[in-house]
Amino acid sequence: MWWLLFFLVTAIRAELCQPDAENAFKVRLSIRTALGDKAVSGEPAKEYRINKVVFLWSVKISPNRRTRKISHVLLCNITQRVSFWFVVTDPTKNYTLPADEIQSAIRMNRNRINSAFSLNDQTLEFLKIPSTLAPPTDPSVPIWIIIFGVVFCIVIVAITLLVLSGIRQRRRKNKEPSEVDDTEDKSENTITIENGIPCDPLDTKGWHINDTFMTEDERLTPL
Amino acid sequence: MASAPGPDPPGDSSEDERPKWDNKLQYLLSCVGFAVGLGNIWRFPYLCQSHGGGAFLIPYLIALAFEGIPLFHIELAIGQRLRRGSVGVWKAISPYLGGVGLGCFTASFLISLYYNTVLTWVLWYLLNSFQHPLPWSTCPLNLNQTGFVEECQGSSSVSYFWYRQTLNITADIDYSGSIQWRLLVCLAACWAVLYLCVIRGIESTGKVIYFTALFPYLVLTIFLIRGLTLPGATEGLIYLFTPNMQTLQSPRVWLDAATQIFFSLSLAFGGHIALASYNPPRNDCEKDAVTIALINSMTSLYASIAVFSVLGFKAANDYGHCLDRNILSLTNEFDFPDQSISRDEYAAVLTHLNATQPERLAGLHLESCRLQDFLDKSASGTGLAFIVFTEAILHMPGAPAWAVLFFSMLFTLGLSSMFGNIEGVITPLLDMGVLPRWVPKEILTGTVCLLCFLVATCFTLQSGNYWLEVFDKYAASLNLIIFAFFEVIGVVYVYGMERFCDDIEWMTGRRPGLYWRVTWKVISPLLLLTIFVAYIIYQVWTALSMAENSQYKQFPSRQEKSYPGWVQAICGLLSFLPALLVPGVAMAQLPIWRRRKQKRGGQPDMENRPREPMASPGPKDRPSSREE
Repeated sequence: MWWLLFFLVTAIRAELCQPDAENAFKVRLSIRTALGDKAVSGEPAKEYRINKVVFLWSVKISPNRRTRKISHVLLCNITQRVSFWFVVTDPTKNYTLPADEIQSAIRMNRNRINSAFSLNDQTLEFLKIPSTLAPPTDPSVPIWIIIFGVVFCIVIVAITLLVLSGIRQRRRKNKEPSEVDDTEDKSENTITIENGIPCDPLDTKGWHINDTFMTEDERLTPL
Repeated sequence: MASAPGPDPPGDSSEDERPKWDNKLQYLLSCVGFAVGLGNIWRFPYLCQSHGGGAFLIPYLIALAFEGIPLFHIELAIGQRLRRGSVGVWKAISPYLGGVGLGCFTASFLISLYYNTVLTWVLWYLLNSFQHPLPWSTCPLNLNQTGFVEECQGSSSVSYFWYRQTLNITADIDYSGSIQWRLLVCLAACWAVLYLCVIRGIESTGKVIYFTALFPYLVLTIFLIRGLTLPGATEGLIYLFTPNMQTLQSPRVWLDAATQIFFSLSLAFGGHIALASYNPPRNDCEKDAVTIALINSMTSLYASIAVFSVLGFKAANDYGHCLDRNILSLTNEFDFPDQSISRDEYAAVLTHLNATQPERLAGLHLESCRLQDFLDKSASGTGLAFIVFTEAILHMPGAPAWAVLFFSMLFTLGLSSMFGNIEGVITPLLDMGVLPRWVPKEILTGTVCLLCFLVATCFTLQSGNYWLEVFDKYAASLNLIIFAFFEVIGVVYVYGMERFCDDIEWMTGRRPGLYWRVTWKVISPLLLLTIFVAYIIYQVWTALSMAENSQYKQFPSRQEKSYPGWVQAICGLLSFLPALLVPGVAMAQLPIWRRRKQKRGGQPDMENRPREPMASPGPKDRPSSREE
């Protein structure tokens, strides 16, 4: 029955709704893209959906006016793509509502229209009506700063620890030579005795010159 | 073994205190970490793909055998034998060659500056990878929130994030812009991390190297496995490795292979000499040289497989999206039912429409989608890492995890290379005794890192990327080839081939064979000379030009401009000033030697003779048959 009413209405007001007419907008539906496997194929299903669309629009599009009749929204040029042109007429059905009003009404209600059909801006396109994009959610502190802070603190702490341990090691080393020197002095004064024969410590009494070293000089070649 | 101590040669009082590696593995990993760097990931695959795929391996392996391995062996051998950094080694071989050491030292310093800036960018991306969705996946919205920022829409969200939100690049190298504080803090963090790792020289790097050298291999393996399972990977690999023998006729390919081997092994930086100087004197440096060089090349190949399987996936993905866009245009124009044309049917439908309604079809201006075009869109360098690969990661499920893995791999790769660079700076400073001995090493390394950080802040300007390209192209190319040439000549002809072979026999237990002698004496010097000449010809031929990322989609409209005069002057200075140190120091030595000769009245001067390296090590290390 809706079907018949539909055709009746469109037949009577055919001249108001035409592709590229004044105040007419083109709509494109990509149902299969939106629903994937769940899309029901076939003619009746498409018409059913278009009716639903039109009805809901007529409810939402004209908030200021009392007109809430589906017959005020005219469709034409329905294609297999599922795309069509529509105009919204006034109650007397003599002229179409201005494009700006319809555009602003659709833009304001876009979200509701989309969610009513589980479609989005790409699958339910209103040509010539730009959609408002949702701003990305930005955290108050960018994540990279947080991670950077953590890493930098760890690095600084590690450097400090290493420097401090280096200082401690050096202090320990500085204390040791003074102890070693004491023992060396003591050993110089004692002569080790083995089998009753005093042994001279080998290399504590100044440089010795080893003759075998000297012959190496011959290998030095002049420049 | 009784031997009386002779007069200690200067500098050898620290011989016994010279730090050493805890074990051989640390040394090998340090050399491998130094050699394997960012170039293995983002330069070799690009060269392989653009120079005829599998065919590129031929000049690459020839260059490895005749240039890479012989030079590498020389560096390890002299470092290990003379137990000094680059400056000390060349002064020991001949005072006239001291300039080579100083030049290597300067080159290492310049390279450290900009190399760590690349790590800064990697760190920035790494820090930004810990969120979902990744910040480079969408463009920011414009002011009235009806669409995206125009700059971003003109190129892509990935390019926008790199050029605008990371670099905030100016149009020209003339306009320096302001310092980007985000990059500045990341730069500070990078130098702090590096200082933490090199604070005590090899004592500290030796501990960290286990992680920084091995972690990249783990991640590469993960990427390899993931990459090979992605759709489109096989196309990428086939494209990479399909040999095209025609390219071998172009001399450019041979030049690129030779320079790639040269820079990939990090020769003539002085870093390997420094690392080897901490070795025990009796160590098989020949085996080390061959092993490390082969590992480096194997890593390049391994990385290129991983990289190109991901790039193949990206190309297939982009190709699919291109088809989808065209299909949507067709569907909308001709009012076909939604999703009625699949990707496979697209070609048939297109031909049908072309036959029936050509005018309407022409009016649509469909893009031509060819998989080959997408595979051709390769890039090297920062373009690969920050634009192409980041975009590929966006399409992989679990993108933030892959981004974190990828950038931490790049960071550790770069960090282990930086260890070698910084050792090439610090070891000569320690050997020269720049600071008095009571000053702890931590202060020296800290001063070096602080100084480098302060100078490198110029790369965080808005024009920093241009300056980095200048440094990369001019400071680190020609000079190193000159130094490598003098290294070979110095060792083979000044030090003496026989003496060098004796040293190696003492260190490794066997005398170098014919291959080594021929390459050292003839082939490597000739090859280096040819590369040098070819490089100069190539540079003169292509005018100095400035291009942002030549292979990839343009960000602001990119124009090829030539550098302004003052920048060209800086390029010239960077190219030649370090190299001029070689003749400069040699000429400075001449009057000193002459004066001393006159003073002694013509008698042979014991002090200033070219140091007999055999006498310089301490008594324990004397290489003579009289030992033990």
